[in-house]
Amino acid sequence: MAATTVALPQSEMPLAHQLRGRVGMWCLIAAESAIFSIFVVAYLYYAGKSLNGPTPREVLHVPIFNSICLFASSFTIVMAERAIALGKGRLFGIWWLLTIVLGTIFILGTAREWYHLIYVEHLTISSSLFGTTFYSLVGLHGFHVIVGLIGLSIIMIFAALGHVKQEHAARIEVFAMYWHFVDAIWVVVLTVVYFVAI
Amino acid sequence: MSNAESVLKPMTVSHEGEHAKPLFDRVHEWIVTVDHKKLGLMYVVYGILFLVIGGLEATVMRIQLAIPHNHFVSPQVFNQLFTMHGTTMVFLVGMPLLFGFANYLVPLMIGARDMAFPRLNAFSFWMSALGGIILYFSFIGGGGLYGAGSAPDVGWFAYAPLTSQAFSPGHSTDYWIIGLLVSGIGSIGTALNIVTTVLCMRCPGMTLGRMPLFAWLNLVTSSMVLIVISPLTAAQIMLLIDRYLGGHFFDTQAGGSAVIWMHFFWIFGHPEVYVLIIPGFAFASEIIPVFSRKPIFGYSIMVAATLAIGFLSLGVWAHHMFTVGMTSYANAFFTASTMAVGVPTGIKIFNWLGTMWGGKIRLTVPMLFCIAFLFQFLIAGLTGIMLAASPFDWQLGNSYFVVAHFHYVLIGGLVFTIFGALYYWYPKVTGRMWNETLGKWHFWLFLIGFHLTFDFMHIPGVLGMPRRIYTYEPGRGWEIWNLIVSLGVIVQIVGILFWVVNFVWSYFKGKPAGNDPWDAWTLEWSTTSPPPEYNFSKIPVVRSRRPLWDLKHPEDPDWKYE
Repeated sequence: MAATTVALPQSEMPLAHQLRGRVGMWCLIAAESAIFSIFVVAYLYYAGKSLNGPTPREVLHVPIFNSICLFASSFTIVMAERAIALGKGRLFGIWWLLTIVLGTIFILGTAREWYHLIYVEHLTISSSLFGTTFYSLVGLHGFHVIVGLIGLSIIMIFAALGHVKQEHAARIEVFAMYWHFVDAIWVVVLTVVYFVAI
Repeated sequence: MSNAESVLKPMTVSHEGEHAKPLFDRVHEWIVTVDHKKLGLMYVVYGILFLVIGGLEATVMRIQLAIPHNHFVSPQVFNQLFTMHGTTMVFLVGMPLLFGFANYLVPLMIGARDMAFPRLNAFSFWMSALGGIILYFSFIGGGGLYGAGSAPDVGWFAYAPLTSQAFSPGHSTDYWIIGLLVSGIGSIGTALNIVTTVLCMRCPGMTLGRMPLFAWLNLVTSSMVLIVISPLTAAQIMLLIDRYLGGHFFDTQAGGSAVIWMHFFWIFGHPEVYVLIIPGFAFASEIIPVFSRKPIFGYSIMVAATLAIGFLSLGVWAHHMFTVGMTSYANAFFTASTMAVGVPTGIKIFNWLGTMWGGKIRLTVPMLFCIAFLFQFLIAGLTGIMLAASPFDWQLGNSYFVVAHFHYVLIGGLVFTIFGALYYWYPKVTGRMWNETLGKWHFWLFLIGFHLTFDFMHIPGVLGMPRRIYTYEPGRGWEIWNLIVSLGVIVQIVGILFWVVNFVWSYFKGKPAGNDPWDAWTLEWSTTSPPPEYNFSKIPVVRSRRPLWDLKHPEDPDWKYE
């Protein structure tokens, strides 16, 4: 087109194309947050409305160790991001693997908690309204952790084969945003399930 | 024009080799494509296909209701018809059509070569397509192994506890849940893509304040889709847990609540109406200025009003539930918030009128559809304000007055602008002009048919005719109105036939349209018709809201005044 040679002021340049991964991930996080809000609202609305036991106070124990592991994984993934941004592939692999280990500990911890609840306390998804809302909300979060772990593992395989390089730092960062989101949602779920509606 | 053409230097793209390809290759090309224009067209064709199906369902219902004590279809089939009609029109017609237009036009309007995530775009389209196929497969497979029911028959809002295993055995309700869940994933993917495209893919100089209103309004719509489709997805997951894992979310006998489903559904359902109508506003905001030969009046106010509508629409959902029985505080809140939506909407109507005021109005077919939209949307808005008053709603909630109201919004408002948009951008997409006479026949017949059907539909509603009944007794004063309403459908169908003939005939025999048949101002008209795969041979640089005006009038460009 004509008149294209005019230099444009920086303020008129649109957001860089490189940002699109992050913007896309923010959109996904917005949509996911809306799903979680509905489950959280349902959990709070139904709190204390179960017709039969066990009640949350009787059977729930705050998963302190689990939560520390999950929150720590947000730290390790940041370290991995920094390592790859500096082009340190080996260091990236170590922090990344540590993130996977911490995430796996969280999932195994949840599995242990659920095993106890189901077989000892006889709380199942169909046994009471509390069971329905508890397993749905915590399960929805756990599902997101598992999806994150699958993603982390795929990237780990690529890293082990030496395919993750400095130029992929931006993509790693976008994926890490998802993992941070999963951790942040756990703050909400933990607060609601183990502290507010107890 | 001649001045503009010499500046625009139309690119010559050879399409010769294309028709020589065997059919299989051509079909394969469409199936594996990640091109935003092809995907946009597929969305539109998909939407039109289901528009025909949903329209036929409506026609059968109107035949059944034309006279009292009719036995054209059984009550069971009637329930399936209104369920499938509503679900189809919202999820398989409205959303795909609007996504199709956004897909095709947003990158062209903002000077981009494709969407931000082309492969995600293809994935989203095929997910939506799969959702539609799953929903309609219920007609064959809905009986499942248990042989109970076929298509879903629980209404498009699928209220609990009707959807529980006890009252909806078999799999018809599951097809409704899974079909919408899957198409919802597609919708979220496309919405994410449109938001990212608008924010990150604009050409140099295309600031947010210079974007065509079409791009702005689609940005708002898509942002809304992100947060309003998700509650439905969440509620449907809960419903599946109830149905298959023995959960108690909506099981009132175990402490669950049927009303909470209504809340969750309408938290999705009401903003969804604005998700559908805002793209209609977007079409009008592009078409009206071009055919009034004036730039849009109050650009920034239009953007602000759209944002206000988007924001307010998130807080009005329970006006669908006045008849359920809420506290008087809730009634007052939702009455006030619903009426508040009328303010930004009114601002928009004044802005469109302000655009037309003193303009050199060209009454072409797209403009006619938009003018009709202005009048009809005003009436639809007024009946909306009436229904927003909760005491009024207690009288007329769930009556044919409500049906008339929202069809006035969705047909008188949305479908009219969609037809306007189809006529307006058809030359760009096909490279050929449609026939003006046939187009005017379509417009006038459809207009008359629309008013016969939906003006007179208000009356049986006021006379007490409830929604979703499959037949009625004579002697209640409803007969004549129902007959007129049904007769109007015939006129509408004849009008639609003119449109089909016009578009099919013009596709093969229409006059070549050239790059810019309307002397328009947005970037899509600067490239060839149809645009090449890469859209622009050189990424454009813009300096005002009307880049093509600047090109055509270098002596008096818009950017001097900005």
